[in-house]
Amino acid sequence: MADVALRKVVKRYDDVEAVRGIDLDIADHEFIVLVGPSGCGKSTTLRMIAGLEDISDGDIMIGGDVVNDVPPKDRDIAMVFQNYALYPHMTVAENMSFGLRLKHYPKAEIKARVTEAARLLDITDLIDRKPKQLSGGQRQRVAMGRAIVRNPKVFLFDEPLSNLDAKLRVQMRIEIKKVHQKVRTTTVYVTHDQVEAMTLADRVVVMNKGRIEQIGTPNELYHKPATRFVAGFIGSPAMNFIPCRLEDSGGKLNIRLTDRISFPLPPARAGRYNALPRTDKLLLGVRPEHLTESNAHLEPGVETFDTVLDVTEPMGMETLVYFGLDGTPVCGRVNPNAGAKDGAPMRLAMDLNNMHLLNEETGVVL
Amino acid sequence: MADVVVEHGRVARTASARKRTGLHNALKRKSTVAFFLTLPLILLIALFVLYPALFSIHLATLNKSMQKFVGFGNFTFLFKRETFWMVVKQSCIFAVTAVFFKALIGFIVAHFVHNIPAKGQRKWRGMLLVPWVIPPAMSTLAWLWLFDPSYSAFNYTLSFFGIGPINWLGDAAWARFSVILVNVWYGAPFFLIMYLAALKSVPDQLYEAAAIDGANWWQKIWFITLPMMRNIIAITTLFSLIVTFANFDIVRILTSGGPLDQTQIFATYAFRVGIESNDIPLGASVSLFMVPILAVAAIFILRDVNKRGNES
Repeated sequence: MADVALRKVVKRYDDVEAVRGIDLDIADHEFIVLVGPSGCGKSTTLRMIAGLEDISDGDIMIGGDVVNDVPPKDRDIAMVFQNYALYPHMTVAENMSFGLRLKHYPKAEIKARVTEAARLLDITDLIDRKPKQLSGGQRQRVAMGRAIVRNPKVFLFDEPLSNLDAKLRVQMRIEIKKVHQKVRTTTVYVTHDQVEAMTLADRVVVMNKGRIEQIGTPNELYHKPATRFVAGFIGSPAMNFIPCRLEDSGGKLNIRLTDRISFPLPPARAGRYNALPRTDKLLLGVRPEHLTESNAHLEPGVETFDTVLDVTEPMGMETLVYFGLDGTPVCGRVNPNAGAKDGAPMRLAMDLNNMHLLNEETGVVL
Repeated sequence: MADVVVEHGRVARTASARKRTGLHNALKRKSTVAFFLTLPLILLIALFVLYPALFSIHLATLNKSMQKFVGFGNFTFLFKRETFWMVVKQSCIFAVTAVFFKALIGFIVAHFVHNIPAKGQRKWRGMLLVPWVIPPAMSTLAWLWLFDPSYSAFNYTLSFFGIGPINWLGDAAWARFSVILVNVWYGAPFFLIMYLAALKSVPDQLYEAAAIDGANWWQKIWFITLPMMRNIIAITTLFSLIVTFANFDIVRILTSGGPLDQTQIFATYAFRVGIESNDIPLGASVSLFMVPILAVAAIFILRDVNKRGNES
């Protein structure tokens, strides 16, 4: 096991820069998830760590050694691919032991390691089957088994759950987490699914357009996003961004959303935003769960307003409500028993204690 | 009266409706449609393959003047002749050696072409296919000139190294080498194109997984490429074996089976005894002798293909 470090890593394809100088330190035993939309450079970064792509600039270090020119086979890494990449002509056992056989490990040790990995992943009964005879989830386990038996310094996962159905994805997500808890190998995991990123990672790296937007624990990213991209990418349904401006009224700092909706900011927030110029183009960032039905006992910092709902989406445990504020679509989450109906008026409450204020032009969270 | 007419009409309508439903149902069945769609080909095969095959079996049982039924007489006559057994041996050596080298060269060149960037690949593929698309009778004439003992390009070139002149087509060993060489030159592009298609169908991620597992280039070929291409290799080999075994034009143009029948193979020998020596039944018997040999090869190769097909 080892730590991994990326220093100003760049990947260029002709004139296009897919990865634009990223710096990242991954500690030993850590589970890091690279997340971002398609084409953000996350898979390219992973493939550069694996040695499957050359680095145009910068350094990659595994266990303190620069591995820029080290071929994949000598990096002591294991990778799980999106489509599993199992050798179709080999049995499960042969697939898992392939790397060890190439390195001429003693037969007894190979058998012991394969048996142990199969037990860990609960695929002992499948050991003599060919990949075609396995389901998607079983293939994914075998692919993980192939990585585990080699006991590498680093595990690399390239969107391993993308080909599975929703239910199996949840199940395998838990399996991956369990396996990591047992083997504790440093792991770099790439996904475009923010739920996977949030549930699996010790730390999440949010990437966009070849750059790192923010690195942090899942909670940090959710509650303290650094940019509009991170705020909008993490969380489902996504955070609402409502154009707003700051106003001084009666000695208090207010936030005005529309001509008729203006709220006084809670003291903590008012202190933080007081120094901001009043003319700035600003966005109020508020997550749907902080826009709920109004009730009799409002906490300090929670303000109410009346609106007419456009659409409601009953989800069972909650109902999503959609409405407009001066043409900006907004989503809220209300109790299913709150009586939300399509086209009906409703009084909603906004929790300003959990609000974010963003610069509309730079996208930076203030 | 009017009632009867109505009844009649109803009965007639019901009968025609039933008939229509029967035909409709039959056409709905996939197997029936498939049969009708393949019928033209079945008829063509029956006319141009089955009929001549059965007719040659019939011919092989007649005497030289084709007047009398002699049963297996032609075969027993052939079995006693040393030349015939030499032809069997030569055909086997010719086919197996040529197919082996065609497959080997096709495999190696396919790898090179596969690794050429997509932009320039089409040009190379086109050029490398040239030997296969020129009618072999034409290209073999060019080879005939190249092999000429006195003023050929080969002997002229070799003379600079103090070698030769080599009697390419007059010496038995060199003549065998020459016919195999031309056959390999002509047939290797077929293997190349089949292997190239097979190589393209192997997912890149398998090679990446193997690279991470620690495989070098040779181990990738041995453990990934070859097993993934096994079925294509088997079928291509069988197909080429059949075509090479039945080869006629290259040997006929280059050596006519000479010197002293030492490059004679089944097709040219059948032509020699059947057409040139005017013993058509004996010629038919020679050509029929290819069937059991090829059948054995086909059974072995296809059985293996089936087995692997079921496994995967």
